[in-house]
Amino acid sequence: MIPIEHYLFLSSFMFVTGVVGVITRRNAIVVFMSIELMLNSANLVFVTFSSYLGNVTGQLVVFFVMAVAAAEAAVGLAIIIAIFRNKLTVNLDEINILKW
Amino acid sequence: MLVEYIPLFLVIAFAIVFAFGTVFSSKIFGPQRPNPEKLSTYESGVQPVGTTHERMSVKYYLVAMLFIIFDLEVIFVYPWAVQFKKLYLDPSVGTTAFYAMLIFLVVFEIGYLYVYKKGGFKWD
Amino acid sequence: MNLYDIIFYLFAIITIVSATFVVFTKNIVYAAYNLLLTLFGIAGLYVLLGADFIGIVQLIIYVGGILILILFGVMLTNKITDVPIKSGVLQVIPASIGVGMLAGILILIVTNISWRNMELTVPESTIGSLGMLLMNEYILIFELLGMLLLIALIGAANIARK
Repeated sequence: MIPIEHYLFLSSFMFVTGVVGVITRRNAIVVFMSIELMLNSANLVFVTFSSYLGNVTGQLVVFFVMAVAAAEAAVGLAIIIAIFRNKLTVNLDEINILKW
Repeated sequence: MLVEYIPLFLVIAFAIVFAFGTVFSSKIFGPQRPNPEKLSTYESGVQPVGTTHERMSVKYYLVAMLFIIFDLEVIFVYPWAVQFKKLYLDPSVGTTAFYAMLIFLVVFEIGYLYVYKKGGFKWD
Repeated sequence: MNLYDIIFYLFAIITIVSATFVVFTKNIVYAAYNLLLTLFGIAGLYVLLGADFIGIVQLIIYVGGILILILFGVMLTNKITDVPIKSGVLQVIPASIGVGMLAGILILIVTNISWRNMELTVPESTIGSLGMLLMNEYILIFELLGMLLLIALIGAANIARK
């Protein structure tokens, strides 16, 4: 049987990888993919505890998280595409018109 | 519990073996005498124009976005539909489940009508 | 080392390797396709944990929906004819310090708590109990999600249509 620590280590690794991506990459779409990685690692922890505790509520939370992630993907990528049509770049360092 | 998934794993294994097997066996067993004419993109067809790396129209994105939102709507119907009879017979829930799903779908219909009025389903 | 363990480590290795590639590869298209492998590996882990419905939903929503959207985003936002599809990496040293601290905290938490009495209990089928919960305790959240998706639909249609 797999001890629960292995699942937790796996999801910690994925979360840290996602944080690395958000901090170091400058392409908006890669940052978006890293955020999806972090969401997935949190979902994995929810499902792990749900299964190890024998309680289905955690899986329902994962269901909600997925719904919000899909809405976020639709709107977020639409915003990225709209920015690209105005500024012809998705580099986050060049999208700085809000900076004073 | 894992036993139920053995057919699924067999299908996945067969798909991988078939996909790689057909591609690589033709590489291994087939005769290879290439010349520039054979290696052109459409051997007996038209000459290709430009590159394949063209930027796509944003219309495709709108279709994909509508797909994912309505996909999500259908996903939410599944657990409700599986449990519907049990929920209806449960005295503490009764018809509440039916009306809850009705409200959910009506809310989605508002969005559908908005996108329809806005011309989101027109291709041009 | 029985079959269950072998399949777990197989999916775990797929997930880890492809998640690393998503973040560190220079080519965005490779990153998107590695994200596909990551999401697939996590769907496999869900199935191993007995969450069959969540595994299927992961495949339908993430692999079939969000990933397609991301690929469209990649294709729509790159001037492929002018510059190669690449993006650079910077701020490596402060990032590695901060992330190292985060990783240390996570490892300390996982190793120091004794997760005793934790045994994997797999229910028969989760979709039924999910439907029960969705229609009893969480019915308000369900309706709110309907509103959220309506807002997302209107907003994204407006932004993308211009």
